[in-house]
Amino acid sequence: MAEIRNYTMNFGPQHPAAHGVLRLVLELDGEVVQRADPHIGLLHRATEKLAETRTWIQSVPYMDRLDYVSMMSNEHAYCLAVEKLLGIEVPVRAQYIRVMFDEITRLLNHLLWIGCHGLDVGAMAMVLYTFREREDLVDAYEAVSGARMHAAYYRPGGVYRDLPDRMPQYTENRFKSASTVKTLNENRTGSLLDFLEDFTNRFPTYLDEYHTLLTDNRIWKQRLVNVGVVSPERALQLGFTGAMLRGSGIAWDLRKKQPYEVYADLDFDIPVGVNGDSYDRYLVRMEEMRQSNRIIKQCIDWLRKNPGPVITDNHKVAPPAREGMKSNMEELIHHFKLFTEGIHVPEGEAYAAVEHPKGEFGIYFVSDGANKPYRMKIRAPGYAHLAAMDEMARGHMIADVVTIIGSQDIVFGEIDR
Amino acid sequence: MSKLETLGQSLQAQFGERLKSLKLALGEATIEVDAADYLQVMQELRDSEALCFDELIDLCGVDYSTYGNDGWSGKRYAVVVHLLSVAKNWRLRVRVFAPDDAFPAVDSVVNVWSSANWFEREAFDLFGIVFPGHEDLRRILTDYGFIGHPFRKDFPISGYVEMRYDPDQGRVIYQPVTIEPRENTPRIVREENYGDV
Repeated sequence: MAEIRNYTMNFGPQHPAAHGVLRLVLELDGEVVQRADPHIGLLHRATEKLAETRTWIQSVPYMDRLDYVSMMSNEHAYCLAVEKLLGIEVPVRAQYIRVMFDEITRLLNHLLWIGCHGLDVGAMAMVLYTFREREDLVDAYEAVSGARMHAAYYRPGGVYRDLPDRMPQYTENRFKSASTVKTLNENRTGSLLDFLEDFTNRFPTYLDEYHTLLTDNRIWKQRLVNVGVVSPERALQLGFTGAMLRGSGIAWDLRKKQPYEVYADLDFDIPVGVNGDSYDRYLVRMEEMRQSNRIIKQCIDWLRKNPGPVITDNHKVAPPAREGMKSNMEELIHHFKLFTEGIHVPEGEAYAAVEHPKGEFGIYFVSDGANKPYRMKIRAPGYAHLAAMDEMARGHMIADVVTIIGSQDIVFGEIDR
Repeated sequence: MSKLETLGQSLQAQFGERLKSLKLALGEATIEVDAADYLQVMQELRDSEALCFDELIDLCGVDYSTYGNDGWSGKRYAVVVHLLSVAKNWRLRVRVFAPDDAFPAVDSVVNVWSSANWFEREAFDLFGIVFPGHEDLRRILTDYGFIGHPFRKDFPISGYVEMRYDPDQGRVIYQPVTIEPRENTPRIVREENYGDV
């Protein structure tokens, strides 16, 4: 009889289901995974080292490029950490704007996740629907910041500017007739808040459609149920956070447990899984989208009623208004100092974390009082999740590895940093 | 008594002399321990009923060699661990300095929290801090065959080698870097209360 040996296979780094550049070395016994060894770092850009040579404000755009499907949440953790070190207060309106855009970001992230996860597992239609919704949300990004992905909208001390009163419009061209343009612009006649309100009214119906497509789908359940089960004890040991931890049945959400910004005043629920398998994590994330939609609605209501400043008036941190700079000597000096030398942050260290769509995203700063961080450490949720790949995939079939990668919601921008 | 003070008292009661320092600042608790006590302290942090740190959130290396204006006199490398207690809902930062600057080594906590595995590999890769007790201490973020520890302060930001495709040899080659590192905004540490901030 022939000698039977384990077979080693490279999964990636250029595999469509690897969600970027993951090289997974799989040791197989037939089709069963004996050992999974993820090789990461193919997208390593040394963001933390770069931040040491940039002023505090210059690193904000690098944050967008970490987890490039939840841009503003990354900026949020960065700004919170800087604000903690500086000890400054952020205007309430800015806090509401941040919370609203955090939740928009969560929708963006989860929509991309469910689309791609569906695609990996074989539900080819999902991605078409989710990208339809994402289109509206990236338009909201574009309206506030001018960029559809890498916004750099949050700044230490608040947000860059107030919400716009009008939405960008579609215009007629060779490909779009007058009547098409009219339909496309229908919900864009008002302000950004009107546009978002219209979206939040439509979105629950979309979610119901996704549930119809997937939740009771026989193939979907065959691929997800009992795949990648993690017990609550192991989930804690492995450093899981976010939906991965909640899927295992631990009701832990920083928005509730250690509330930052205005989350304490908002009304929302935390979904929790029971079995800790991929299917429970799917259900948790689906319900999170519904809750995010609720939070966005509440923020829109508040923002309509309460105008006010959106960035701190401490000009050692945030630049003064343009008009003031033209007429007032002191503001000119502030402006000059801020843009040549940057913010000076007191000596000390701080760790600030947000409930990022993927889990706990934290920034740890060591400052020696300079205009640049002495050391920045990014705590990326996906890093801990991917580290558990070996344990989650062991004993599963090779096709289940794809499900597990999908349910971990991996993005290499943040893991490789 | 605030939650932070309760945590401070529990830490004091649990470790007493073994705490080299205990700092409560900016709503965060930081303790510093000796490298010799580190593993034992971490074990107790997890197992003690009063503290109950059930999750290791983050572990990273820090190179203090160019800290501040006056030069750093203490040990060069530190390992900073961020712990979270889901049960008690509090956080703690633990710092331990590696005793030997030439060969920095700190005990591995991978048997206390499994999540330390990759974080320690990262600290080893980027700072060259060795973790005795870690069974699989390979590089993780840098390239295969990378030389040096890039996050050390004496490692230049643009590195030593660059990679390009060489049409003559028909393959990808490494060569010394051709770009000069430049500093657009100089690093400045101002004296206390400069400009009344």
